Amino acid sequence: MSAGHSIYTPKSGFMKWLDNRLPLPRLIYDSFVAYPVPRNLNGWYTFGGILSLMLVSQIITGIVLAMHYVANSGMAFDSVEHIMRDVNFGWLMRRMHAVGASMFFVAVYIHIFRGMYYGSYKNPREVLWILGVIIFLLMMATAFMGYVLPWGQMSFWGATVITGFFTAIPWIGDSIQQLLLGGFAVENPTLNRFFSLHYLLPFMIAGVVVLHVWALHVTGQTNPTGVEVKDMRKETVPFSPYATLKDAVALVLFFILFAWFIFFLPDYLGHPDNYIPADPLKTPTHIVPEWYFLPFYAILRAITFNISIPFTEIVLIDSKLGGVIAMFASIAVLFILPWLDTSKVRSANYRPLYRQFFWIFVAVCIFLGWLGSRPAEGIYPTLSLIATIYYFAHFFVILPWLGWVEKPKPLPASIADAVLTESKRMAVSNPNPAVLHQTGTQS
Amino acid sequence: MKLKTILSGMTVALMLGAGAHAAEEGAPSYPLEQPRHADWSFAGIFGHWDIQQLQRGLQVYQEVCAACHSLKYVAFRNLEALGYSQDQVKNFAAGFSVADGPNDEGEMFERPGRTSDYFPSPFANEQAAAYANNGAAPPDLSLMAKARAPERGFPTFIFDIFTLYAENGPDYIYSLLTGYQDSPAGVEVPEGAHYNPYFVAGPALAMAPPLSDGVVTYEDGAPETVDQYAKDVSAFLMWAAEPHLVERKSMGFKVMVFLILFAGLLYLTKKQVWAGLKEKEA
Repeated sequence: MSAGHSIYTPKSGFMKWLDNRLPLPRLIYDSFVAYPVPRNLNGWYTFGGILSLMLVSQIITGIVLAMHYVANSGMAFDSVEHIMRDVNFGWLMRRMHAVGASMFFVAVYIHIFRGMYYGSYKNPREVLWILGVIIFLLMMATAFMGYVLPWGQMSFWGATVITGFFTAIPWIGDSIQQLLLGGFAVENPTLNRFFSLHYLLPFMIAGVVVLHVWALHVTGQTNPTGVEVKDMRKETVPFSPYATLKDAVALVLFFILFAWFIFFLPDYLGHPDNYIPADPLKTPTHIVPEWYFLPFYAILRAITFNISIPFTEIVLIDSKLGGVIAMFASIAVLFILPWLDTSKVRSANYRPLYRQFFWIFVAVCIFLGWLGSRPAEGIYPTLSLIATIYYFAHFFVILPWLGWVEKPKPLPASIADAVLTESKRMAVSNPNPAVLHQTGTQS
Repeated sequence: MKLKTILSGMTVALMLGAGAHAAEEGAPSYPLEQPRHADWSFAGIFGHWDIQQLQRGLQVYQEVCAACHSLKYVAFRNLEALGYSQDQVKNFAAGFSVADGPNDEGEMFERPGRTSDYFPSPFANEQAAAYANNGAAPPDLSLMAKARAPERGFPTFIFDIFTLYAENGPDYIYSLLTGYQDSPAGVEVPEGAHYNPYFVAGPALAMAPPLSDGVVTYEDGAPETVDQYAKDVSAFLMWAAEPHLVERKSMGFKVMVFLILFAGLLYLTKKQVWAGLKEKEA
């Protein structure tokens, strides 16, 4: 922690003894009690805490489910029904786990977009951001493999389609696919290795989360002004009880949304076809991934043309490989985002142009998600291509360009300064919700 | 600001274009008609089973559907949830003949059903079921009320989050069972198929209209009409697909009340603690 020297003082004799041998209480105290947080964080900054709790929830419900689930292609579907019908509170565990996966993505997308809006990825927090992207990738792999486990129609055909991507890779693609499947098609070996990996990956996520939090505690948090903390005493508050309480309020509000879906709309985010047992001989009319993969699915299907050497028949990249490259690139581009954004100013609050482009980008992502749910026919592939081009243009053209042309608004001299002028303005005029949003609620 | 206007205009134009395009062109999408909505006792936050209706639905399943459709995830013991006593369930189960074995002599044998048995399938295996039904095996009905749910479309699916509409499945079954009609001019119905605009996978399905007025005799005086039969059996199938539905909702209500109160208390605590911070500085 560069954010300050440890101020932990062991009180009892035992704690002193332990502190000299394994200073774990000191680590916990410094990280979750004394750790200084900017005092002007708003509600959007609570999703990190929400995500940690969601990970814990997923792991606990998952471990219980694994006690009753059978990873065998002949028994998987029945064992899930057994959990839903006969296991005590099995229905609750399963709903929490399945709806929890969706809520995990709701939270992570808000968390990522918050990082983009406030420029949280900029110097010196690049590694923090990259670790976050790694967590996101691991989450996607975990969620995909988890969706295969109930062995319904969408499980089976989703697995068939997704593992099929790998055959697009030249020369080694087929071998990779066979390694993933444990054979030549999605079958029992596939289910077994997916179950094994689905159990493993969440613990890898937990490991990277530790690194993510560590990196966060080295640089300290950003804040809605994007100005670094200058006066620790004036501009920060200790994590406990100030941030913990704020996080707790947000967490419970998020759990209200979570519970709404678990108890009243448990199938809303799923697909009815997954209540039909997997049948290798019957392809569903529309194979659609879970909602959180839809934007990437749209990007995958947007590339419907081969890329050839001009004026020859030689195909360099066929449409299938092109789609796969585009899809992976759409995530990979996040790794280099800190270097694509050339603006020195962090927060979109002081970047009038970027702020508009940010919201357009959000709209394009949602639009891509909608396109991903449409069949790949008619005008949809064309629209997907346009949206995909915009998606990449945002990173490779708009962000670098904005840094040159944009005239940022004057930055406050410090967080304290921003907070002070804001509260003065609020006292004079009527409180404006937009202003509240910009600096966060301090009260 | 100008840029914002132009771009948002473009987005809207694109979306409108997409909508118009989808509407004017392309193969018809199925189902041809969205399910009709029936009133379900189990809908909404305070949803509960109508026990009488579930019993009638079981009767319809037993006397009509069970001739072709299995219900393999439902055990006889589950029927106690429908208001039957243990003895009634025992007698009901004993009315079925269940294959068991092998016995000490290595032979398979038939015995009367026990409460721990599951509803036996009307056919020995899937091949036999397909063979008896023009090549298409009638699907198991245990999960039917969750396995069919026509897409709601934008923006309806957003409103559903607030109106808590989750009865797409039983509405679908109800509409399908009451939706058989003569095919309109220009729609070709294959040999042996029956036109039904509510069918999820095409204009017609292999199943002939299974219900007709008076085919099941009710003891509780409920109308003996196709409409009533369809409603009752759909409700029964919802129970079969999600036996813990009511338990889920009533727990959900308690959880909601707790979470909302807890959120309120936490918010006040947070306010108090942060106010202390300001005083310290003043």
